[in-house]
Amino acid sequence: MHRITEFFVGLLFGLGLLLSGMTDPAKVLGFLDLFGTWDPSLAFVMGGAIAVGFFAFALARKRTQSFLGGALHLPKSTEIDKRLVIGGLTFGAGWGLAGFCPGPGIVSMASGEVKAAVFVAAMVVGMVIFEVAERSGWRQRMGV
Amino acid sequence: MTIDWANFTPWASLSGGILLGVASAFFILVNGRVLGISGILGGLLPPKLGDAGWRVAFLLGMLAAPLVYGLLAPEGFVQAPRIDAGFATIVAAGLLVGLGTRYGSGCTSGHGVCGLSRLSPRSLVATLAFMGAGFAMVFVVRHVL
Repeated sequence: MHRITEFFVGLLFGLGLLLSGMTDPAKVLGFLDLFGTWDPSLAFVMGGAIAVGFFAFALARKRTQSFLGGALHLPKSTEIDKRLVIGGLTFGAGWGLAGFCPGPGIVSMASGEVKAAVFVAAMVVGMVIFEVAERSGWRQRMGV
Repeated sequence: MTIDWANFTPWASLSGGILLGVASAFFILVNGRVLGISGILGGLLPPKLGDAGWRVAFLLGMLAAPLVYGLLAPEGFVQAPRIDAGFATIVAAGLLVGLGTRYGSGCTSGHGVCGLSRLSPRSLVATLAFMGAGFAMVFVVRHVL
């Protein structure tokens, strides 16, 4: 049951990305081009998603268990620190460079786009570099 | 600033956004999970016993989306991704996105959709950071270089 619902949610999310225009890097870059000819469409993506999500998370906060009876894994961290901001800035720079964020990259790869597959491969390498750095204590020595 | 009316798709984007919201709502309420792509993928590097199944099931669902979308969408509606960046830029972008999303604990879905939905100040700061950097990067690439 769990695996089926998780697959279904992934599918639904992928369909949402495709319909919204998020999987088209040219459209994403049109939205990020605030100082050129700006395409505001993606603000509607965020607006629509949050309008629904707001009520779901308000309900989730009041519950102790998920509908399937498992734990509710709500984020516990509230810390606003250097790594949150540096991580966000780094991600945003990469997003603005090619117009892909993680979800759309994965979906476009499944559409058969070679460049999207290269993007996902590089993204996985970036994530592995992070894991290795995290484990080696390199970050502590660098103070970041 | 001029508005790009030719490419403006408010209804498709709003509908797609609502689907993203419904998926996020379903995931937290039914499965008890926050729908954040970078976290779901990053948690598989390496896979941990008893914590990999839900991640793989979700990602397989995402990978099935283009096929299902092609079957559902009306003729001529499906827009192939327009990827202008060259391979070197794509690789650099992927590395930055992979490092940044893991270091900052989230991306457009986890911080942007779910975090803002639960009014998390932490996610608001992260979202402002990546949106700001995205705007700045496109400004530099398109209008400065």
